[in-house]
Amino acid sequence: MQRIGVFVCWCGSNIAATVDVEAVSEALKSEPGVVFSTNYQYMCSEAGQNMIKDAIKEHNLTGVVICSCSPRMHEATFRKTVQGAGLNPYMVEIANIREQCSWIHKDKQTGTEKAIILGKAAIAKVHLNAPLTAGESPVVKRALVIGGGIAGIQTALDIAEAGFDVDIVETKPTIGGKMTQIDKTFPTLDCAACILTPKMVDCAQNEKIHIYSYSEVTAVKGFVGNFTVSIKKKARYVDTTKCTGCGVCTEKCPVKNVPNEFNLGMNNRRAIYIPFAQAVPKVATIDADYCNMLKNGKCGVCSKVCTAGAIDYKQQDEIIEERYGAIVAATGFNPIKLDNFDEFAYSQSKDVITSLEFERLTNAAGPTSGQLLRPSDGKHPHTIVFVQCVGSRDTSGCGKPYCSKICCMYTAKHAMLTREKYPDTDVYVFYIDVRTPGKNFDEFYRRAVEDYNVHYIKGMVGKVAPRADGTLDVQASDLISNEQLHISADLVVLAAAIEPDKSARPLATMLTASMDTNDFFTEAHAKLRPVESPTAGVFLSGTCQGPKDIPETVSQASAAAAKVIGLLCKDKLTCNPCVAHSDEMLCNGCSSCEKVCPYGAITYSDKEFRMPDRTTAIRRVAAVNEAVCQGCGACTVACPSGAMDLKGFSNKQIMAEVDAICK
Amino acid sequence: MSKVTKEQVLRSSGVNVLKCMRCGKCSATCPSYDEMEYHPHQFVYMVEKGDLEPLLNSDSIYKCLSCYACVERCPRGVEPAKVVEGIRNAVLRQSGMNHIKAENIPEMLDEDLPQQAIVSAFRKYKR
Repeated sequence: MQRIGVFVCWCGSNIAATVDVEAVSEALKSEPGVVFSTNYQYMCSEAGQNMIKDAIKEHNLTGVVICSCSPRMHEATFRKTVQGAGLNPYMVEIANIREQCSWIHKDKQTGTEKAIILGKAAIAKVHLNAPLTAGESPVVKRALVIGGGIAGIQTALDIAEAGFDVDIVETKPTIGGKMTQIDKTFPTLDCAACILTPKMVDCAQNEKIHIYSYSEVTAVKGFVGNFTVSIKKKARYVDTTKCTGCGVCTEKCPVKNVPNEFNLGMNNRRAIYIPFAQAVPKVATIDADYCNMLKNGKCGVCSKVCTAGAIDYKQQDEIIEERYGAIVAATGFNPIKLDNFDEFAYSQSKDVITSLEFERLTNAAGPTSGQLLRPSDGKHPHTIVFVQCVGSRDTSGCGKPYCSKICCMYTAKHAMLTREKYPDTDVYVFYIDVRTPGKNFDEFYRRAVEDYNVHYIKGMVGKVAPRADGTLDVQASDLISNEQLHISADLVVLAAAIEPDKSARPLATMLTASMDTNDFFTEAHAKLRPVESPTAGVFLSGTCQGPKDIPETVSQASAAAAKVIGLLCKDKLTCNPCVAHSDEMLCNGCSSCEKVCPYGAITYSDKEFRMPDRTTAIRRVAAVNEAVCQGCGACTVACPSGAMDLKGFSNKQIMAEVDAICK
Repeated sequence: MSKVTKEQVLRSSGVNVLKCMRCGKCSATCPSYDEMEYHPHQFVYMVEKGDLEPLLNSDSIYKCLSCYACVERCPRGVEPAKVVEGIRNAVLRQSGMNHIKAENIPEMLDEDLPQQAIVSAFRKYKR
C-alpha cells in the first residue's frame, strides 16, 4: 500500500475562485492510502515545494498527488521537488484542476465536485505507479538546416561558429532565397544583395558548412539527437566539382525562351543557367524540361563549349543518407497566386504586377536593369497605384486570414524610392490600416508621406479595368472624404499576401512536427519557446513559422541556432522512461505494433521459449528499442493481445483512473 | 411607422456587421456609388451603430442594384448588399401595411411566376 500525500494548489485565485480548495483537500483526505492532505496558495513557489519535501520526510510518503495546473506547466517542477526529498520522480501524479476545471467552470459547486473527482483519479493511478529510471541516448554532433534563405543561412553560420558541422539543404540551384530577389531593404534602404551575398560566400567558404543545393529532403527517421535523413541530390547534369562558373555555356545555349524564375518570368534565360551572378554555389544547372539534348538527344552545345568538361548528360538523381542531432526547418514563403482576385486584372494586364515583380523592375540585375518601365510598352509610368492587403486579412476564403506583416513597410519603401528616383510620378497607396510597429518603422512610413508626398488613401481598390489607351482605370474608395475615386494609372502594384512554401506541409509530416491551419509550423510555446517545434530536436527559423521581415527572421534564425547549439553541446540526452514494453508471454507475433510505430522503435525476432511440458518452442515476439520509443502509446492501442504496455501509463493505471472517475 | 430596430435588420439580413474591418472595398466596387447618398460601407457601419433613421429615409435603399459585387469582393464575408436589403425590407414591410397572408398565396400562384418569387415575397412581406 502506498502512503500518499495530496497537495491542492490555489494558483492565487486562478483555481481558488472557482474551486473550494479546502473542501477538495478535506475530501481527498479520506481516500485509501492518503496519509496527508493540504492546500496552499502557490504550490510551485519555493515555500510550496518545501511543504511537499517536508511532508514526504515527515509522513514517509511513497507517492504524491498534486492538484494544480496542467502537467505541461509544472510536472517537471514537481518531479524535481520530490526527487530532492528522495522519492523517485515518477511517483508524482498531477490532477489538472485549473485548465480542465476552474478555468472552464463558472459554478463553484460544479468546479469543486469535478476537482475532487480528478484528484481521486490521480490517487487511484499513483497506487499503481512504479519507480522509473530514465535511460540515455547519444547525440550526433551535426545539424541539418532545411532551406537556404536568409533564415537558413544565418542559422547555419551561427551553428558553425560554435564549432559544429551543419548541412544546408536547398531545393533551388543556389542558396540565398527570396532576399536575393529584393532590391533594397527597409528601413535603412541598404541594398539587399550587398548585405546578403557576403553571408552566402561565408557559407560556401566555412569548413563546417556543407551546402546541398538543388536537393530535397525525402525521408526523416529517428528522434532528437539521432535523426537519419535521406537527401535527394537532383540531377543538374553538371559536375559541380568541375564547373568553374565561367558562364560560357549559359551564353552559347541555343534555347533562349525559358521563363527566368529569378525575374519572376519577366524575361528569359537559357536551358542551362546560373540563376544570378552571385549564386552560391556558382555552378551551372541544366533545366531538363527545356534542354534539347536531354529531350531528344540533339544539341550538345554546352558540352562542346565547356573547357572544364563539366557537362554530364547522363547524371542521375542521387539519394544520400546522413545522420543529424538536430534539424532546423527554414522553408520560407511565397507570395500567393492571384487567381482569386480577378477584380485587379492581374491576369489581363501586364501592367498590373505584384510587389515582388516591382522589386525586380527596380533592381539593377533585373529585366530592365533597374529602370522602372511598364512591362507592356517599356515606357516610364507616371501614375502608380499601390494596393495593400491583396489576399491578406481575408476571411472570405479567397485569401489568407492573417496579416502578412511585411507589406506596409515594403510598399512605403517602393513608394518612397519611386518618388525619389522619378519625382514626376504620382504615387497612390490604398491602405486599410498602416501597420508599422518596429524600430524606425513608423518614422519610415511617415517620411514617405511627409518628405516624399506619397498619397496615402484610406480605402480599398474595388476594380482595375484596362482601357484601350493602355492606361488602367482604378476604381477605389476614399473613406475619409467619403467618395469613390477613378484614377487613371500606368502601373498597379499589388501587395500580395504571403504563404508558407508548399514544401513545408510534406516536410512537417516527415518530421512529425505540427502545423497550424495556414501551414505555418507551430512553435512549442507561443511566448516562451518560439523557435522550437513541439517535436523534440526540430527547430524553426524564419517565415516558415509565421510572416516576418528580415530583421525578425535573422533574430529568430540566431535564436534557433542557439537552441541547436545547446542541444549539440550535450554528449548524451536523458530519455523519457515512459516508453512501451512488450510482454513476450502475451505477444502473438502479429506485427500490428510494428506497423503503427511512427518511430520505428519495434523489431521482431524469433526467440526460444520453454513450454510447460519441458519442450521448447520458437516464437516470433516484439521488442521495443527504448532509446527510440517516444512513448506515444500507439502500439498499446494496436496490440490485440494486450502484450504492449506503456510504462507510467499502463492499461491498468488508466483503467484505475476511469474506475475512480465513474465511482 | 413603428420603430425599426437594429436587431430586426440584423436578423432579417443574416449579416454580422461586426465582421467588417472598414476596408471600404464594398464602396470601391459599387457601380451605383455616385447615385447613393449613403454608400455600402456606411450602411454596415450605421447599422452597427444603430443609426437607422437616416438609412430608412434615404433613397439609397432603392439605388442599390443588388448586383452583389460588394458581397462577392468583401474580404471578410460581411455581405453589405444584404444589409441594404434588410433596411429596404424593413421599409417595404411597413409601407401600406400590405402584408402577405398565407391564405392569399393560392390566388397568387401563376404558371409564369416562379414559385421561388412567391416564397421569397412571403418571407419578406409576411407580418
